[in-house]
Amino acid sequence: MGDLEKEKKKWQEKLKKSTQCTMPKFETISGSPVEIVYTPDDITDLNYLRDLGLPGEYPFTRGIRNTMYRGRIWTMREFSGFGTAMDTNKRYKLLLEHGETGLSVAFDFPTLYGKDSDDQLSHGEVGKCGVAISSLKDMEILFDGIPLDKVSTSMTINGPASVVWAFYILAAEKQGVSSEKIRGTIQNDILKEYIAQKSWLFPPEPSIRIITDTMAYAAKKVPQWNTISISGYHIREAGSTALQELAFTLKDGMTYVEAGIKVGLDVDSFAPRLSFFFDSHLDFFEEIAKFRAARRIWAREMKETFKAKKTESWLLRFHTQTAGCSLTAQQPENNIVRTAYQAMAAALGGTQSLHTNSMDETWALPSEKAVLIALRTQQVLAYETGIINVIDPLAGSYYVEAITNKLEQGAYEYFKKIDALGGMVKAIEQGYPQREIAHAAYQYQKALEKKEKILVGVNDFTMEGEKIEIPILKIDYTVEQEQHRRLEELRKKRDNTKVKKRLDELKQAASGKDNVMPPIIEAAREYASLGEICNVMKEVFGTYREPPMF
Amino acid sequence: MKKEKLRVLVAKPGLDGHDRGAKVVARALRDAGFEVIYTGLHQTPEMIVETAIQEDVDVVGLSILSGAHMTIFPRVLNLLKEKGAGDILLIGGGIIPKEDMQDLYKQGVGKLFGPGTPTSEIVEYLKEFFKIVDK
Repeated sequence: MGDLEKEKKKWQEKLKKSTQCTMPKFETISGSPVEIVYTPDDITDLNYLRDLGLPGEYPFTRGIRNTMYRGRIWTMREFSGFGTAMDTNKRYKLLLEHGETGLSVAFDFPTLYGKDSDDQLSHGEVGKCGVAISSLKDMEILFDGIPLDKVSTSMTINGPASVVWAFYILAAEKQGVSSEKIRGTIQNDILKEYIAQKSWLFPPEPSIRIITDTMAYAAKKVPQWNTISISGYHIREAGSTALQELAFTLKDGMTYVEAGIKVGLDVDSFAPRLSFFFDSHLDFFEEIAKFRAARRIWAREMKETFKAKKTESWLLRFHTQTAGCSLTAQQPENNIVRTAYQAMAAALGGTQSLHTNSMDETWALPSEKAVLIALRTQQVLAYETGIINVIDPLAGSYYVEAITNKLEQGAYEYFKKIDALGGMVKAIEQGYPQREIAHAAYQYQKALEKKEKILVGVNDFTMEGEKIEIPILKIDYTVEQEQHRRLEELRKKRDNTKVKKRLDELKQAASGKDNVMPPIIEAAREYASLGEICNVMKEVFGTYREPPMF
Repeated sequence: MKKEKLRVLVAKPGLDGHDRGAKVVARALRDAGFEVIYTGLHQTPEMIVETAIQEDVDVVGLSILSGAHMTIFPRVLNLLKEKGAGDILLIGGGIIPKEDMQDLYKQGVGKLFGPGTPTSEIVEYLKEFFKIVDK
């Protein structure tokens, strides 16, 4: 028995006699048990060059770039959108003025579901959860006065991603910026829609076809664009554990790579433009370990399994959002603190881009005051705490390396389970990830109600009869009326013969094997609306209803 | 109350796809001994009321986080009345400001449960409302 092992045994005997336990259980927020202390014995198998490597070198555990934040601080990219394009344009200009370095578009529910603002089912929802974009005209207004060759834009859009992307490409063109110059991301990750976010339009097979079409189109025409933001955020927000978030996201990613290869694309032609999106939740070290494990797993799979040759194909580049589901409606100012800790975890985890939540998001969309605090949170983190000075400072920590390894092992176990079910698409059809998530969400709720987990202000440290004294943003009904009016005007002013022709051409392409992006762009150019374009695709591809289960 | 077990319909109206809360509440109500039917997503008020009547429920619970509550709750209330099912209790949860909650209570909504509400509170409320005594 080594010296350390002997000492540890003695120490554990003494520990049994001490009074312990301020909490009933010591686990991560995901329910993963943790030891009281970690020592070199917990990472005896760690080989520095094989498991960690140097920054910017395989397997990229420590970070994807050799300079990391010394070379480029993560993009400060606040997810925003509400009301009309004009309302949101103002908010974007405010954020850019205050130092945000990238844009991120939040669309309203009608837009997310490919419906125009004047669709019957859009009633009551226009502009409420994001900006209403029903046509190219709206997109032009959204970015009016914002040069699209100078800023990158991330758009959280999935089912109708191809159409909204077309609107953006054309809006840039109208500014004189070619598609080769624009930079940004469309979320376009349909697998996690079926699993968690639920904003699909069509069934899985045609949805994946559209995604491979976008990958092929970007490779030729929009080379600086990230075609998918393979997301774990929504999976986590739906209640999954950190491990499930990691495993399901990476498995989704691998499924897209397989799909691209299946339609004949060279993996190195599209893999460098796949990007990721993770949650940064409350358990500080678990999150940092999760990001590190993600990079290592992805690099290995891309290099060894998919045989990608370019280094760029092996890099897991990601955006992070602090955990919305961890925020409380009670004592909302505490959310500023939660968000700050989560932002720090994301930065220590090596994120390329970060959104910090606003304190009022359990009540409404962010007010100006709240979103500026969220942005300042990132700026204080970047410029005052010193963490940008050193790459992956937690490497070598016995705890962090141990849980990085543990999460990696757990992820591979999930990959095996999903493969046994026939792959991710089949697993989704059988409800497997959905059930895992619902179970985890329920376990967490039970733990809260039993006070096995504490949520300050909610099940402990509560304030009876507290008054909420923060400004709350309200979106009123005039947004919907305004959108109705503008759509009516649009339909009168455009050349409806051309619109019909382009929509017919799109229907043909969708029915065959041609890439749908060019005909979508041509229809959008003639000011066909989002709903009109999506409806044509629905006619060809059908719709999808998930079996209700809980 | 007419049957053995209280029958509850948990519904997701409108376009909002965030179903974590609805599913957690559905499970908790089932574990508490109620009969729970979950509609799934993207329900219109008409679909919800039709299902409520078909399934002969005692309670309808709506989960709305999209800000559309002032449109959807009144619509469901009116439809229930129109179809002669006005005695079905309407409750709900989600992101609903306190002033809006008061407004909806005045219109006839039973109780609204905001973020952070323990599921046990919903169970207790229903047991009290329907005078259910644990055997």
